Amino acid sequence: MMAPLFSSKLLIVLLFGTLFGLILGVLPGLGPTTGGALILPFTMTLDPLSAIVLLTSIYCAGTYGGAITAVLINTPGTPAAAATCLDGYPLAQKGEAGRALGMATVSSTVGGIFSVIVLVFFAPVLAKLAYEFGQPEYFALAIFGLTMLASIGEGSPIKNLIAGAFGILISTIGKDFMTSIDRFTYGINELSVGIGFIPVVVGLFAISEMLTQSTLLDQVFKRVALKAVKLPSLDDYKKTWKTILRSSGIGSFIGVLPAEGGTVASLIGYSEAKRFSKEPEEFGKGSIEGIAGAEAANNAATGGAMVPTLALGIPGSATTAVILTGLIIHGVRPGPDLFREQPDFLYGIFGAMLIANVLFFIFGFFGAKLFARITLVPNKILWPMIFAVSVCGTYSLSQSIIDVWIMLFFGVLGFFMRRFGFSVVPVIIGLILGELVEGTLRQSLVIFDGNWFMFLTRPIALTFFILSLIALAFPLLRSKKEKN
Amino acid sequence: MNNVQNKKRANKSLPFFFKDEFKVFFVIIFFSTILLISTFTFDKVPPILNRGIQPATFPKGLLVLIMFLTTIIYYLSFKNPWKKEKKLPKPFFLTILSFILFVIISKTLDFFLAISVLSIFVSYNWGEKRVFYLLLVGIIFPLVVFIFFEMILGLRFPPGIITNLYYY
Repeated sequence: MMAPLFSSKLLIVLLFGTLFGLILGVLPGLGPTTGGALILPFTMTLDPLSAIVLLTSIYCAGTYGGAITAVLINTPGTPAAAATCLDGYPLAQKGEAGRALGMATVSSTVGGIFSVIVLVFFAPVLAKLAYEFGQPEYFALAIFGLTMLASIGEGSPIKNLIAGAFGILISTIGKDFMTSIDRFTYGINELSVGIGFIPVVVGLFAISEMLTQSTLLDQVFKRVALKAVKLPSLDDYKKTWKTILRSSGIGSFIGVLPAEGGTVASLIGYSEAKRFSKEPEEFGKGSIEGIAGAEAANNAATGGAMVPTLALGIPGSATTAVILTGLIIHGVRPGPDLFREQPDFLYGIFGAMLIANVLFFIFGFFGAKLFARITLVPNKILWPMIFAVSVCGTYSLSQSIIDVWIMLFFGVLGFFMRRFGFSVVPVIIGLILGELVEGTLRQSLVIFDGNWFMFLTRPIALTFFILSLIALAFPLLRSKKEKN
Repeated sequence: MNNVQNKKRANKSLPFFFKDEFKVFFVIIFFSTILLISTFTFDKVPPILNRGIQPATFPKGLLVLIMFLTTIIYYLSFKNPWKKEKKLPKPFFLTILSFILFVIISKTLDFFLAISVLSIFVSYNWGEKRVFYLLLVGIIFPLVVFIFFEMILGLRFPPGIITNLYYY
């Protein structure tokens, strides 16, 4: 499994990816999705395996990195670390920042490794199942993915659905892939090839975050001093091992579902840790179980989210959407054939994720204090620099200035979307699934001779449609239950 | 909790067209309608070649879905008003202005110059007054990025008054 990784080049890529991921995770507002999108153009100089190893190591380390700022400055470096703030910061205020970060590091590593094991065993099974899928099944699966995203993603399900539909709509800009007829191009030649993924991702994540930061300039972070990260004591292990395992399972499962991966996983992991705890009253006041529950779950979601990405070509989270783009740019088509034709490539990715989890444990354990200092770089210096990299990175992919303007447009749009409670993640997933949704729908209708009811004669497709209806009904049932 | 209720109350007292719910509803419906109308101008595949649905059908369906869902969220907002957002501060508008300047300068003068101007403008307006740091973010860092992209990725930046000095 590790054989492809025993090359000095790949190990350097892994080291760099883990370090870069940690830095991105530590900086509030950045994160593995934005970082992955920014570094995507650089991967063009690498071979496909190195490129994907770089992106996956950023994903793993970036997800963990968010915990460092969550514990020390009560601000999650990534949305997935939001639940870690609830107990991490209070524990740090009690003078136990080292213990809090130690538990975050250990539980993140265990969660991450657990999810890689799930990935290794579950992805090939899912890929085998996918051989049974035809166009109608893929269409139904993509619809299921989008409805799941709406129902268990953050915020209002209807707003998430609107955002997802908007993402699919963006994918229809340009020449229709079946008939070459222009759609929404309005005579602009550059739009004929469609809107690229990178300008949209960089705009929605990096530029909109820059605008958000411009509204938070008077914000003052209260920093807690960190002497050193401490390994959890035997008592802490006894108290948390069940929580870590439970959250690892929850995180891996949530990760497999197309949703906001780690963010949702950590919230569920945290609330389940509280539900099963013997001391639920300690939660929110510095519970070590709370940190373990949230951190194991969000890192476990990384491997889980890679399962549908690699096996079906359907991203499990925003960051895996970036990884999926990386795969496509490098000419690798995810899906069942990838498992049959390029097993070495896949084992390289699995191994890289495993090593990345070990590496961020080492870096986190010995370097958390140093990484925490990165947050001292003031926003007035940091964000203009991020802007320069965003602009050059976006321009570099197709050397088009229009892409840079599109990035700015989506930056402003993303800011207002977030301001009014629309998540930007469904836009990204919708954009990447758009061609699949439309293509499989139209090809299915050709197969069915235009008869829409024929979808219901396909058992797998019908199952996905029923699951989609359940996913849509779930938020309604949940809100009714909460009211009662 | 009280704060949220106060904010909701504050939002409730505004005339409907000033409320965020209406503004969002109006903007989405307005642009969706324009886009929906434009789908009627798409070329059609002749019936003899048409397999499945016309190229305009899928975007039309999506736009109708977006409009329908937007109407639902607006309707739901009567029962459950959104909380009123804080007013946007001056640096936000200056940052938007810097984007406009960026587009104008990159189109008319120079791409690299546009990055430099935006970086200095944003940094200064966000509170950085020290000349060294303004030069760092406005000239040194963009130069490093420029050379890095140029050398590592072999990227050729669009011509302009400064970029041409490097290339020729």
